[in-house]
Amino acid sequence: MSWELESVSVRFGDLLAVDNASLSISEGELVVILGPSGCGKSTMLRVVAGLQQPDSGRVLIDGADAVALLPHQRSIGLMFQQHTLFPHHDVAGNVEFGLRMAGVAPAQRAQRVRDLLVLVGLGGFESRDVATLSGGEAQRVALARSLAPNPALLLLDEPFGSLDRGLRDRLTDELPQVLAEAGTTAIHVTHDHDEAFSLADRLVVMEAGRILRIGPPGEVWADPGTVPVAEFMGHHNIVTRGSRLEVIRRDAATVAADGELEGVVTASRFRGDHHDLTLDTALGELRFRVGEAARVGERVRLRIDPSRVALLNPVS
Amino acid sequence: MDGPVGRNSSRIAAFAARWAAVGVPAVFLAAFFVYPVTAILWRGLAEEGLGPMSDLFASPRTRGVVWFTVWQALASTVITLVVALPAAALVSRLRGRRRHLIRGLVTVPFVLPTVVVAGAFEGVFFRLGLDQGDLRLRHTVWAILLAHVFFNYAVVVRIVGSFWSGLDHHLEEQARVLGAGPLRTFWAVTLPRLRPAIASACAIVFLFSFTSFGVVLLLGGPRRATLETEIYRQAVTRGDIRSAAALALLQLLAVLALIAAATRLERRSPAPTGVAHRPPKPMRREFAWANLAVMTVLLGSPTAILVERSLAVGDGYGFDHYRALTERVPQLPASAATALSTSLVFATAAAAMALTVGALTAFVVVHGRLSLRRIFDLGLTLPLGTSAVTIGFGILIALDEPPLDLRTSWWIIPIAHALVGTPFVVRTMVPVLRRIDPQIREAAAVLGASPGRVRRLIDLPIAGRGMLVGAGFAFAVSLGEFGATSFLPRRPETLTAPLALFRLLSTPGELLRGQAMALAVVLMGIVALSVVAIEAARGTGQDFL
Repeated sequence: MSWELESVSVRFGDLLAVDNASLSISEGELVVILGPSGCGKSTMLRVVAGLQQPDSGRVLIDGADAVALLPHQRSIGLMFQQHTLFPHHDVAGNVEFGLRMAGVAPAQRAQRVRDLLVLVGLGGFESRDVATLSGGEAQRVALARSLAPNPALLLLDEPFGSLDRGLRDRLTDELPQVLAEAGTTAIHVTHDHDEAFSLADRLVVMEAGRILRIGPPGEVWADPGTVPVAEFMGHHNIVTRGSRLEVIRRDAATVAADGELEGVVTASRFRGDHHDLTLDTALGELRFRVGEAARVGERVRLRIDPSRVALLNPVS
Repeated sequence: MDGPVGRNSSRIAAFAARWAAVGVPAVFLAAFFVYPVTAILWRGLAEEGLGPMSDLFASPRTRGVVWFTVWQALASTVITLVVALPAAALVSRLRGRRRHLIRGLVTVPFVLPTVVVAGAFEGVFFRLGLDQGDLRLRHTVWAILLAHVFFNYAVVVRIVGSFWSGLDHHLEEQARVLGAGPLRTFWAVTLPRLRPAIASACAIVFLFSFTSFGVVLLLGGPRRATLETEIYRQAVTRGDIRSAAALALLQLLAVLALIAAATRLERRSPAPTGVAHRPPKPMRREFAWANLAVMTVLLGSPTAILVERSLAVGDGYGFDHYRALTERVPQLPASAATALSTSLVFATAAAAMALTVGALTAFVVVHGRLSLRRIFDLGLTLPLGTSAVTIGFGILIALDEPPLDLRTSWWIIPIAHALVGTPFVVRTMVPVLRRIDPQIREAAAVLGASPGRVRRLIDLPIAGRGMLVGAGFAFAVSLGEFGATSFLPRRPETLTAPLALFRLLSTPGELLRGQAMALAVVLMGIVALSVVAIEAARGTGQDFL
């Protein structure tokens, strides 16, 4: 199956939450929509799910207009930031809900619930009261619940946003495996670029309702194309050299006596396997990650690897 | 997936369901509330214009009644607040089972039938010799105020207590660290933040005291009248329907103004957060015990003395009065026991009606179209504020001729009771439905549940407890309902327990007083049981008040 958003716009009063966005997703892909909070990425998901009607534009499923389809007719799984487990059901009752809706027989439901709980690492949790689960466990149950009816498309709206760092990293590691095992296509929304990099087959960068860039994460990072995307990728060194607007990656510099760029170290931080230097240079304040130590106030020369410099389009 | 035919028929079903949800409550309200109230307006105003009405309002008796109604309500509110605030502090610091227990015990008086409370205080006055002499309390203002405090103690404890426990007590700790003493901290840090809860509790206490009927009628004695008892006197005792209608109109306007003021007050203040913070330091032991002592004396002793009086026979004790309940006495058209069983049947029917109308209304208020929501919200707040007397009087004068002649119908009483009980169902269910996270409903929809199934499988089970609680309240309200019932036609087979109790209490004589006490104890027992059931069904965290 394939999904396509065609020039979708959503307006909330004066706010254009989604501005003429087009995006297509093909089967088996994990697409990550990355953007600051309030950029319209959750609204995009809601449009795909049918929970939000677009003011203009179309949603196509396998090329057919899906506007008339209600959420429960779209074969979609959805996970929110705050787990939304049904308080009046136990863990198994939650996971099997979608199967019940699809009219699956009880024996098969029980089997599927068992398998899915094992898949998300919660084997044997069937009869637990959802109120007794920890945040991470609740999110895993929510994941199992969305996967249970075998949705054609899984929508993940910052599913790890409410968890602490360690748990989030672990689930970020596990999620692609779980999805691959289940063979599920997914759209994942986040504002965390580390999470986006480690999950995405394809990255969609959004700001203020507009899609700025679509591409594989490595490519988007190495060649952001525009200033806002570069900034959002965590790049700091955006400089003008001659008539060229460039982004210099923080791993582009090495300390060398014959380096072409000279600067005074204004801050130096030891990071274990590297040092983060902030330098005052003719191009402005730059930050680099280098192997050699340098003291504050020291004057150093740096060699810049041209393959780690990307040209930016001055008009975003 | 549904074919075109399947989808069509499910659309028709959804359409029908939507209209039933809107139509049933709308028709019920129109027939049994709007129409009767309009009838009061008609009788009070239309036939002879404003002339007789202004004569009535110019009379010193009416002015005296209005003045007394206002000041006794004001006094009741202030005294209740002062007496109950320490208990609210206690409840705000308790958690778990203890909090549940105290809140539950305190609530029992609130739901006791007014006639039972009046009977209990009569018992107290006779037992302690306060019925005559220099310390006479019987048939004084003090008796009325005392009973109002007894009733409304729970309102302050519950509203202010819940709000208080939702406040972040770190601010108080901060103030203490900054050098404020405990009293200073309360005055400067706690009290200002409690203001919204105190205001809304006071508004409710004032409204209840303003529209208090049974207490004033029985404890105030023949000379004291509020607007409510004056409507009763004009309509039932003197048969002057026009004057009663004019007074009811005045009462209606006053109550509407009060509700409007209270709603504005509520809107301006932030709602309680309901967030459970780490419990603050427990209260000083002496303070907690002092609190419990006040509760025991104020709330416990009237009920204890009521029980004692019901068992006192001559110089000893026995169950004679209880046995006498099954006997016919000339003052009652049916035996007290028959009246009790009639009341139970009425209460069941009223609770069922109130549950149906109230649950449908709550769904419309929460999930309906915006314009409908407002109308329904208002439409059901009005009967809650409108006094039972006005409802009873309206039904009396409106439903006695075609198209709706229910005078001879058995149903007229449960319908009136359902009308009084419905707002309780709505009030308990609306917050429960509102609290259901919209994302939970969306999650269900995305998992394949149609809108109808979302309602059935998500809303209904989650709000189910709220429904039970609401129905329980409606049941308890019907059991004790006196104001509206006292206006409705009386026949042996429609004599309710509160009405029988009123007759017994207002007949002089030692023998009947004992029987009255026994009947009051039985009625109190049944109501207390349903409150215990409500508290159990409620679980934790849900508040009606």
